[in-house]
Amino acid sequence: MVAAMERLKGLFPEIAKREGEKKKNVGLWALFHKEMADHIRSRRFLLILGLVAVAGFASLYGALGSISGAAADNDFVFLKLFTASGSSIPSFASFIAMLGPFVGLALGFDAINSEKSGGTLNRLLSQPIYRDSVINGKFLAGAAIIFTMVFAMGGLVAALGLIATGIPPSLEEVGRILVFLLFTGVYICFWLGLSILFSVLCRHAATSALAVIACWLFFTIFLSLLAGIIAAALFPMDGMQAIFNLMDNYRCELYLNRLSPYYLYGEAVTTILNPGVRTIGLVTNAQLDGAVAGYLPFGQSLLLVWPHLTGMCAATLAAFALSYVKFMRQEIRSN
Amino acid sequence: MEMTMERMIEIHGLTKRYGNKTAVDHLELTIGRGEIFGLLGPNGAGKTTTTLMLTGLTEPTEGTAFINGMDCVRDTMEVKRTVGYMPDNVGFYGDMTGRENLRFTAALNGLEKSLAEERIEELLIRTGLSEAGDQKVGTYSRGMRQRLGVADVLMKDPEVIIMDEPTLGIDPEGMRELLALIRDLSRRENRTILISSHQLYQIQQICDRVGLFVKGQLVACGTVEELAEQTREESRYLTEVCVAPADDRFTEILKALEGVYSVGREGNRYMVGSDQNINNLLADTVLEHGYSLTSLRPCGNDLDEIYRRYFEKAGHDDGSSNGKVKRFISRNR
Repeated sequence: MVAAMERLKGLFPEIAKREGEKKKNVGLWALFHKEMADHIRSRRFLLILGLVAVAGFASLYGALGSISGAAADNDFVFLKLFTASGSSIPSFASFIAMLGPFVGLALGFDAINSEKSGGTLNRLLSQPIYRDSVINGKFLAGAAIIFTMVFAMGGLVAALGLIATGIPPSLEEVGRILVFLLFTGVYICFWLGLSILFSVLCRHAATSALAVIACWLFFTIFLSLLAGIIAAALFPMDGMQAIFNLMDNYRCELYLNRLSPYYLYGEAVTTILNPGVRTIGLVTNAQLDGAVAGYLPFGQSLLLVWPHLTGMCAATLAAFALSYVKFMRQEIRSN
Repeated sequence: MEMTMERMIEIHGLTKRYGNKTAVDHLELTIGRGEIFGLLGPNGAGKTTTTLMLTGLTEPTEGTAFINGMDCVRDTMEVKRTVGYMPDNVGFYGDMTGRENLRFTAALNGLEKSLAEERIEELLIRTGLSEAGDQKVGTYSRGMRQRLGVADVLMKDPEVIIMDEPTLGIDPEGMRELLALIRDLSRRENRTILISSHQLYQIQQICDRVGLFVKGQLVACGTVEELAEQTREESRYLTEVCVAPADDRFTEILKALEGVYSVGREGNRYMVGSDQNINNLLADTVLEHGYSLTSLRPCGNDLDEIYRRYFEKAGHDDGSSNGKVKRFISRNR
């Protein structure tokens, strides 16, 4: 691969030269480092980290309680650490699905508007940096923090689980966990992007925080209710109609639900952490006829959630791109 | 003046419109190297917009601006490297120390670590913040923050410094120090400085030339003396005399004097309009008639007065607190 690149460079010497001469984007990295330092030192981040840690350990405790019973009839015991829920404690995956938005919110809701109200934005922009470095640096720093936190948390839970259960994970399980953590990172990045968008749109940090919380409530609670209502209105399920509309009704509700990153994440994570899930969406009895009951290989599970990953990345990029465009076009006035 | 000096800032037909509102209207201005230029005008005259366009933070609707031969619209990066901009109400990260804030600016400018540390130390001493350098900026007073702003601007060793309302909200002592520092930057280090302000008195002290900016237009430009001369021609001399005891008889005495057009009274202040300088005559008159002279002040030579005249000419009338005094003065001209 490297050799091929070198040969390509040889074919186009002028482009290769330009690459070499291109100055490092000093401003972006300076901002990135500053934002990272700010996040790590901020009380807000410590609070969120504590919350996630407590949630992680609580879910691990719950999972360990229920795992002993399930160990006998399951080949993927290690994955159960992340998906099994205790008597009244939700699983690690569902905890993260709930808390993830808050992490994104905490890292991004005042990204731009605090710079504006503090009067630091125009001082920042009068330095020899590109304007987009500001928003790029903030997003990248947030994303780096998120991925570090997610992988550290996942590793910690896995390590503690390993000590507690004594069952080593198989290679496939490790792969599945890594993909799960990747999904989690992207999912939280979506919320970071959304909160940065609101921080560009809203003048006050409190307004943007409220707006993100409103979005979170809408996606986690109201969209699923709304999806049911719309599906029922479009494809009524009364009496005889039910026979004809059953499939359309279900499909419509599912598609509407999938607009929510929360649902998308939940579906993807369930699939990837549970090899027993063979399909997502609607399957008829005829399609199931003759199927051999068994676990889905890692590659096939991955194939099943590939669209989810694409969708979540797209949503993240869309949120960030919107805030980027909005930020670049905004007039810089001190008030 | 511009002829003999190297041109540092050149503005031609610079215009900025926000919707229907024209914030800056075909501005023409040239500033030479090492000069301190004061851009004066009331709030909302378009001063800040002009400074933002010069630093490439806002795109002009029309016209061009060059700093040291570089286009402020196209070569923004190069312009930002040579221009230090201090916005009004300059803000810093409150949870970082003064030193850390400066260090961040150095990093944004791509300065080498050793050079940056050296310069930070030097600038903190120069701005009198060497002791406060390791305190969080959140604890700084307004004057300290302003001084840190100057240090911040100087971090990149700029050839041109643009300051937006640098003297706003600083106590007199702090003001004196700041002005001395600004003058030093121009005289000793030959930096070009553009100050926008509405605080005329301070600007008068340090500026080589001033431009009066009203409603997006530069209505007058030149040294303070030149402007005084310009306005003198079209108006009469105006002298403020304060005497004790004040009574109506004195008004009559003043009116009877030769060359006096008008006399107005407010308390013990008499505004005397005349066609020439009659300071001596006024002083003699006061003493002759047994009054004691409290003060005698020719009006119209300071920037305040010049500014007011241009300001009135441009048809602006604001209801500020000194509006009453202004009316009093103009009524008695």
